Amino acid sequence: MSIAITTQFICFTVLSLVVIIGALGVVLLESIVYSAFLLGGVFMSVAGLYLLLNASFVAAAQVLVYVGAVNVLIIFAIMLVNKKEDLKPINDIKSRRVISTSICLTLLSLLIRVDLTNVWSLSTPQNSIGEESTIRIGEHLFSDYLLPFEVASVLLLMAMIGAIVLARRDVMSKDISTGLPVDQELIEKSSEPLLTNKN
Amino acid sequence: MEYGLDLEYSFNEFLKGFGLSSEIAHIIWLPLPMLLVLVAAVVGVLVTVWLERKISAAAQQRIGPEYAGALGVLQPIADGLKLLVKEDIIPAKADGILFTAGPILVLVPVILSWLIVPFGQNLLISNVGIGIFLWIALSSIQPIGLLMSGYASNNKYSLLGGLRAAAQSISYEIPLALSVLAIVLMTNSLSTVDIVNQQSGAGILSWNIWRQPVGFIVFWICALAECERLPFDLPEAEEELVAGYQTEYAGMKFALFYLGSYINLILSALLVSILYLGGWGFPIPVELIAKFLNLPINAPFIQVFTASIGIVMTVLKAYLLVFIAILLRWTTPRVRIDQLLDLGWKFLLPISLANLLITAGLKLAFPQFFGG
Repeated sequence: MSIAITTQFICFTVLSLVVIIGALGVVLLESIVYSAFLLGGVFMSVAGLYLLLNASFVAAAQVLVYVGAVNVLIIFAIMLVNKKEDLKPINDIKSRRVISTSICLTLLSLLIRVDLTNVWSLSTPQNSIGEESTIRIGEHLFSDYLLPFEVASVLLLMAMIGAIVLARRDVMSKDISTGLPVDQELIEKSSEPLLTNKN
Repeated sequence: MEYGLDLEYSFNEFLKGFGLSSEIAHIIWLPLPMLLVLVAAVVGVLVTVWLERKISAAAQQRIGPEYAGALGVLQPIADGLKLLVKEDIIPAKADGILFTAGPILVLVPVILSWLIVPFGQNLLISNVGIGIFLWIALSSIQPIGLLMSGYASNNKYSLLGGLRAAAQSISYEIPLALSVLAIVLMTNSLSTVDIVNQQSGAGILSWNIWRQPVGFIVFWICALAECERLPFDLPEAEEELVAGYQTEYAGMKFALFYLGSYINLILSALLVSILYLGGWGFPIPVELIAKFLNLPINAPFIQVFTASIGIVMTVLKAYLLVFIAILLRWTTPRVRIDQLLDLGWKFLLPISLANLLITAGLKLAFPQFFGG
């Protein structure tokens, strides 16, 4: 085995172990903050796996989007509502665990079956395009994948508008979850309420 | 344009002369540029700390450090030694693991970003194709480290500082990336080497600052905000938050934050000089001077000379920007948090978007000036 292949093998083993153990930790750990940070580690390792596959642009995009945006926002949200309260004990926790474990195992067996039955080797040997992949991704985004790309942007816009409506308490007079009148004093308000006093 | 020193190639050939295989030679070569860049970054920090002390003293009509070495040049080393031998304290109710991991997560991405900083045609660790995008991606990891240390300190000021740092970093990343995008549009490449080469045509006249004046200012403001320098040092605003996320840190862990913020400042200054001020280019193209003096551009002596000029020019431009940053720090008041977010989202973001659009239009209209 040459040095390059050995290095690649060691990197692959370490990254896969980090992904698997980290993902188990995200699900099994009691502390939600640890889970969130471990999720960041899992995302980073997935980016490392992309790097091993010569997809440097996808790896950098993975870091930028998943670690830099998604994970930061998850942690941000956890810390903003960082209540020090114990979760209510659930009565039938054991049966729930059995059900969820069996569902997960079923999915896992499905994946293993796909892995075993699918023919992974390519019929024609393809050279890795390496650095050129950035250009190819751009071409695809603006030709045959244009519609999914634009639809995704519409989805993000909808999510953004929803977040703004939820965050601006002067839009709604009632709290969505509790139904109580919203405490309007807590948050900086605009001088003119938008919808509540229309008349 | 394949010219300039290729130290890696020469080094590998040299080792092969001893009968080593090319793989072994490559492995021996690999740590050298990394070590060199790490040393360069730390020395750069020492110089910047000294400059900061001296310039702030001058701005406030004091003398500044005076006795540690000539003009106090050894003062930063004394600071570093002090932090090195201080006791490493972890507060009793802090979260030990996250408390230790936070500063590391802040420092490592910043040092990794030096991968793409070129000091000459081949004088960089790795000319990766995604170049400047790698820096944007890596710099987005930093807020996680800040949130982590803010949370783990178990202190309300630290938590607020960490939250502020993350909010600030997320909001200023977008205009930053958009102004970089305008440069990439003109270069047709993400690679930092290509970005500098594209500006090397006519010396100082072809630098990107003349074609991207708005982008330059937006990028510089955002870079300062990303480095949490005053006027944007809200995460550690001492009047409001004691010291933000670093409140509970002492000794070497604090030193990691300190190093991280100064390395980040130098890195930002280097990237501004690469993106907008022609990188390693001399104001008058070196090739023109060589032709004028009838010197062969490919002679080894000239190659070494131009490479040194390149390094000196890059560092000189970067330190000019560091000087401006220090002056700004000691002459401007801090903005409020709402002013900071307003500036980021309502002013810089639309302006950088418009800048990108106009650049794209100009590129279509005048392809010879704005990159075809």
